Amino acid sequence: MRLKLVPQNTSFDFFSRWKLWLGISAFMMLLAAGSFLYQGLNFGIDFRGGTTIRTESAQPVDVGVYRGALDALELGDITITEIFDPTFGPDQNVAMLRIQAQEGEEAATATMVAQVESALQGAVPDIEFVSVESVGPKVSGELIQTAVIAVVLAIGAVLVYIWLRFEWQFALGAVAALVHDVILTIGVFSELQIRFDLAIIAALLTIVGYSLNDTVVVFDRVRENLRKYKKTPLKDVLNVSINETLSRTVMTSVTTLLALISLYVLGGDVIRGFVFAMIWGVIVGTYSSVFVASAILLYLGVKRDWTKPSNTAGNQYANIDA
Amino acid sequence: MLQIDTWKRVLIWLVVVAGLLLALPNAFYTRVEQSNDARAAIELGNDTPQMRAEAGQWPSWLPSGLVNLGLDLRGGAHLLAEVKVEDVYEVRMDAMWPEIRDALRDQRATVGTIRRQDSAPGEIRVRISQPEGMSRALQVVRELATPIQTLAGPTGTDIEVSAQGNDIVVTLSEAEKLASDDRTVRQALEIIRRRIDEVGTREPTIQRQGPQRILIQVPGIGSASELKEIIGTTAQLTFNPVVSRTTDADARVGPGEKLVPSIDEAGTFYIIEAAPVVTGEELVDAQPAFDQNGRPAVNFRFNTTGARKFGDYTLDNIGAPFAIVLDDEVISAPVIQSHIPGGSGIITGNFSVEESTNLAVLLRAGALPAGLEFLEERTIGPELGQDSIDAGKVATMVAFAAVLVFMALSYGLFGLFANVALIINIGLIFGLLSLIGATLTLPGIAGIVLTVGMAVDANVLIFERIREELKTAKGPARAIELGYEKALSAILDANITTFITAVILFAMGSGPVRGFAITLGLGILTSVFTAIFVTRLLVVIWFERRRPKMIEV
Repeated sequence: MRLKLVPQNTSFDFFSRWKLWLGISAFMMLLAAGSFLYQGLNFGIDFRGGTTIRTESAQPVDVGVYRGALDALELGDITITEIFDPTFGPDQNVAMLRIQAQEGEEAATATMVAQVESALQGAVPDIEFVSVESVGPKVSGELIQTAVIAVVLAIGAVLVYIWLRFEWQFALGAVAALVHDVILTIGVFSELQIRFDLAIIAALLTIVGYSLNDTVVVFDRVRENLRKYKKTPLKDVLNVSINETLSRTVMTSVTTLLALISLYVLGGDVIRGFVFAMIWGVIVGTYSSVFVASAILLYLGVKRDWTKPSNTAGNQYANIDA
Repeated sequence: MLQIDTWKRVLIWLVVVAGLLLALPNAFYTRVEQSNDARAAIELGNDTPQMRAEAGQWPSWLPSGLVNLGLDLRGGAHLLAEVKVEDVYEVRMDAMWPEIRDALRDQRATVGTIRRQDSAPGEIRVRISQPEGMSRALQVVRELATPIQTLAGPTGTDIEVSAQGNDIVVTLSEAEKLASDDRTVRQALEIIRRRIDEVGTREPTIQRQGPQRILIQVPGIGSASELKEIIGTTAQLTFNPVVSRTTDADARVGPGEKLVPSIDEAGTFYIIEAAPVVTGEELVDAQPAFDQNGRPAVNFRFNTTGARKFGDYTLDNIGAPFAIVLDDEVISAPVIQSHIPGGSGIITGNFSVEESTNLAVLLRAGALPAGLEFLEERTIGPELGQDSIDAGKVATMVAFAAVLVFMALSYGLFGLFANVALIINIGLIFGLLSLIGATLTLPGIAGIVLTVGMAVDANVLIFERIREELKTAKGPARAIELGYEKALSAILDANITTFITAVILFAMGSGPVRGFAITLGLGILTSVFTAIFVTRLLVVIWFERRRPKMIEV
């Protein structure tokens, strides 16, 4: 009567075609990088400056009417998108306007917003501005820089931590998995042209954290089994370890996905992109901890003699008692 | 065997109870908020029965700390301003000019006649007629420099003096610029704070960010432009002698004079002396008022030195016009009718009542030392915030219920233990957030939901391990103990790495991202605590009571 997503004892062979899996992962990364280079990301104003205005009105949104009202203002590039969400009420019609950064202005002036407001009120009398955000080009440049530094720092810190707690091969495997996850996530965002803003960076870092969580649990078991089965080939040790932790991997992914999916459906459109990034990250992160991190470990080989020094290093927390 | 010392049990329960008590006020958010506001009002002397009744809505012996709601949840305005620190260099150099002039005049025999030249803002350029006397002139001007004292000892002088052909060029030294920038930003911060406090909104955030920037977040305010009107004006008030009045926007002005436009009469300009007689810094009070014709105006009063300067000047210059200048625009230029000894006066102009009230607030709070440039502006409407809170609540509830059901189905009784721990976990997160006065943002809610999903991870690791240990048939007690022991290193490694990323996010991020990092980081701490202490305690208590021969996990 227990719900079991994974049978009690599994013995899947994860590494019979490990070179193929690594190849597929590498190919996907190339594809993602290609999409990024070819299409580029749909940066939000956080990263490229400009103004976004969220409007609400009882009347259905007619993008053409909005655009017509704004054309006369000559504000340059304007994107207008209607937003649909199950959490909206019956006469809640929401649109998002994005206006490019104006020449010679750091942040949008109140006059520009007022102009836009009166122009739109001419076309849609009951329109209301629910939020107005504008970021100057000076800050947006810095925000990109900080974001990139944050991601690189996080990956670097993790590399060092795993290197200290395990061996350098483990650290490389884990970091390869992280880079894989980050690149694939960026690739999805560029392919689907989902708006990429500051919150997505937070999501990226969480993906780094989550994917790592998974990888570390597998590696921890690998380390333990390497001590237990001194003569077994590395490939079999990896297989046993992944099978042993498979039930946990699936359980945790499912609970996390349950939480994230409810947030995706019910949490409103403001954070939908953010939650999408995380859902994608959990799936990719789970895949990469097996098919990238462990496969790299298999490729690099690993020191088999886990005698004294590393023995204590691995168990230094084991004496903590509740 | 399975044993936990009594003192450890007590400690664990104490932590749990304390955390839940701290979280409790958030369950009655509006009530506690009103009560807190009323208490603050009573403390300020506004002691009315109605206030007392509002304060009594929440018992004073219970914790009353609340999680602050971020702008994206409450609505309000956010501004990131850069202080134009260079403005101050110009004022500083202009103030030095009389000193330099007097010092060089004393040396007329060696340097000849002197003449100030047009120059870039922030530097003084003086031409001397006898180039042979240059070394002497440089020496004299350098003597005017004062050494800069820092904690590390003297680091040089405040000005740099050099010769360029027949010109002496004086600028602020790099060290002095750094010191001046820091002072300027700190002053600006203080004045912005005073202005916002004058307007009296709840819990504004006013923070310095980096060397030249100030972040201002005011919940509950209608829009960023409203906020900008309060803090964006420099409000530099000066009283300057008028040289002449003109309609020519390109009129030539002599050194030490300025051409400034009139606020009310378009196309009218005044040439005024750049050095003011009195400035707004010497004001002690300013109040909105009405002039004798019933039009809005602002009454002001000078301090003693200001009053003396003002009195002396009006005594000596009866019949001459006198310009009241606000941020390089002339509000009015009345002719001095008589000696004004009392040090108080009235500013009249074409004000609306609102403008005169605002001007009085600005004058009272003091002038900004330099102009502000706004790099980022965000306005979030309160309805959007409320929508986000509602959506966040529903999503969290559903996520929570789904995880609880799933855990119970997968692990039976042990799953229920994990669920109790999960509920405690959420309580602890809110308790900690209230304790440190953290701000909950929309991504922060996402962080909590993510924690709900991930918090069970530690328990899952343990339960799976216990399952494995049960297979080797060492008896249930031993299996449970081994399960906890062996899962520990994986739990710690996994959570420490996630925690590292949360810390980096916190350090590098700003605003909403930081809110996410806080809830994620706290969520990791509380979930590790609940998994390795609380669930374990629950399992042990159950085991002691039942002593089962067989367990199923």
